[in-house]
Amino acid sequence: MRIFVCIKQVPDTETRIKLSSDSQKIETGGVKWIISPYDEFAIEEAIRFKESHGDAQVTAVTLGPKARVNNALLTAMAMGADDSILIDSEQDLDALTTAKALAAAIKAEGDFSLVFSGKEAIDDSVSAVGQMVAQILEIPHASVVSKATYEEGKVTAEREVEGGTKEMTKLTMPALIAANKGLNKPRFASLPGIMKAKKKPIKNVTLDDLGVSAGQSKVKFTNFALPAEKPPCKMIEGDPQAQVSELIRLLQEEAKVL
Amino acid sequence: MKKILVLVESKNGKLKKSSQEVLSVALNSNYETYTCAAGEGSGGLGTELGVWGVQKHYYCTDTSVAQYNPESYQQFFAQIFETLKPDVVLGTSNMLARDVMPRLAAQFDCAYMSDITELSIGDDIICKRPMYAGKCMAQVSFTDESSKILLVRANQIPVVDASKAESTEAVAVTLNGTAGKTELVSIEKGESEKLDLTEADVIVSGGRGMKDADQFKLLYDLAEPLHATVGASRAVVDLGWVPHSLQVGQTGKTVTPTLYIAVGISGAIQHLAGMSGSKFIVAINKDEKAPIFQKASYGLVGDLFEILPVLAEKVKALKA
Ligand SMILES: Cc1cc2nc3c(=O)[nH]c(=O)nc-3n(C[C@H](O)[C@H](O)[C@H](O)COP(=O)(O)OP(=O)(O)OC[C@H]3O[C@@H](n4cnc5c(N)ncnc54)[C@H](O)[C@@H]3O)c2cc1C
Repeated sequence: MRIFVCIKQVPDTETRIKLSSDSQKIETGGVKWIISPYDEFAIEEAIRFKESHGDAQVTAVTLGPKARVNNALLTAMAMGADDSILIDSEQDLDALTTAKALAAAIKAEGDFSLVFSGKEAIDDSVSAVGQMVAQILEIPHASVVSKATYEEGKVTAEREVEGGTKEMTKLTMPALIAANKGLNKPRFASLPGIMKAKKKPIKNVTLDDLGVSAGQSKVKFTNFALPAEKPPCKMIEGDPQAQVSELIRLLQEEAKVL
Repeated sequence: MKKILVLVESKNGKLKKSSQEVLSVALNSNYETYTCAAGEGSGGLGTELGVWGVQKHYYCTDTSVAQYNPESYQQFFAQIFETLKPDVVLGTSNMLARDVMPRLAAQFDCAYMSDITELSIGDDIICKRPMYAGKCMAQVSFTDESSKILLVRANQIPVVDASKAESTEAVAVTLNGTAGKTELVSIEKGESEKLDLTEADVIVSGGRGMKDADQFKLLYDLAEPLHATVGASRAVVDLGWVPHSLQVGQTGKTVTPTLYIAVGISGAIQHLAGMSGSKFIVAINKDEKAPIFQKASYGLVGDLFEILPVLAEKVKALKA
């Protein structure tokens, strides 16, 4: 049984964003790259599925500049994925073109039972690639999944929507699950895991191999801008009574929000 | 003339404010406007839409769309898309649209974007959104003429006065069958009738400074008279005091209320990323060096356990 996990490498959450001199992209020099946190839940879920169902092969798939994203695959394999596919692309692709490439890479491998992804990548948070991959592969999906249970040919997924409401859907496999926090607790890569990962196969493919081109992207991010500087904070002094009275006055008269 | 299809939603039979915001974009454009809605009562909206200049309102009350199911909703939107061939599809960037619209975009090879905070549609489309959970903004540029599916974040676009005198034709849509690979098992209503964090106009958020889960009651006491939604930092989510759905930040929700009150939250970069877009920020913290004060509009240095009850009391008196 084949299981795929789509992962993306993103700047660490601690990163302070700096813009390139022409403001058409962010400065990536000095950025520490991590696997997008939601993708870690996806990797963990795939490994747990394999651990409880035995005969599965877990394949991590990523798209990005080869020299950089190789590391993300090594981490996924150190956690327990069996092998990887690296789709080399120096250029940024939009969500749909990324999904076309990922889906083509998965399809080329033959039959599969499950595809996992994170609910979103925390860089642009477009939150669409998983659903698009599912559409292209013509399989059902559930997104923002915080709980999943598996039985013969079916997966039951719970997702939390607005106001804490929980929707539970049952999908016929093959299916795609886009993971939210809560789905599981991702393990750390162990030292033996890291050693083993170095020997696990990474299959390198190009966009060309998959019949996709960067030029198909319909959406581009341009003209980046840092948020406007906020005026300095007004510190409100005094005892709690005085502080609160002054705060309420400012909220009413200056901010006009009360 | 080019066409916009707007996904509208209602609450208690009335157009939601978020839908009025999206309709405002359509009204200010030089496109023809069409709307659609699914579920019980979705046809009744027709009468309210004339002022927005809506030509036709497509609706569906089939049992398969009584509740959200990605397959049947996709089928609904796809049928309208095929008939209308809209140049732009607009909706609110909420859980439903973010779940199903990417599939529609893949089905019809459309440009797709979520979480838009600035949008105007004329001869050109001007579209902006936050990146890196609000650490910076970017313009969204479109490279070809394909249809665009654009989802707009709530509370970002001013609602305009709508006073057109169009009579909107309501068109019932009957769904063709779906593959039936997605079955809705159950829906468990959340206890919160409050607006979701992403739509809330006022948010009262608590951090580790709240000391323990029970003390969150103090936040609810303040939230009540403010009609605010309660949020939290990741620290207290990890401690298990509140569910993850309340988390604000880079790995929680990105929020953009008019007023954000941060109580006992230090202001780590991941938290700031998610809430810096708030219009006014009030910080209550005993540590005057806490980074949250760098983003705040108003800062109160002091013990939250002394300040919160007074604040709740005074706001309550004000609203009474
Ligand atoms: C990958 C990753 C993702 C993350 N994502 C997020 C995210 O999405 N959202 C998020 O919030 N965090 C996130 N974090 C965590 C973040 O780094 C901080 O650890 C967290 O935000 C701290 O929460 P806090 O401010 O509640 O707690 P603390 O930093 O412990 O701050 C508590 C504050 O309360 C004040 N205080 C204590 N007692 C009182 C009192 N009696 N009266 C007044 N003030 C008091 C203290 O002065 C202090 O400033 C993430 C971290 C990582 C590594």
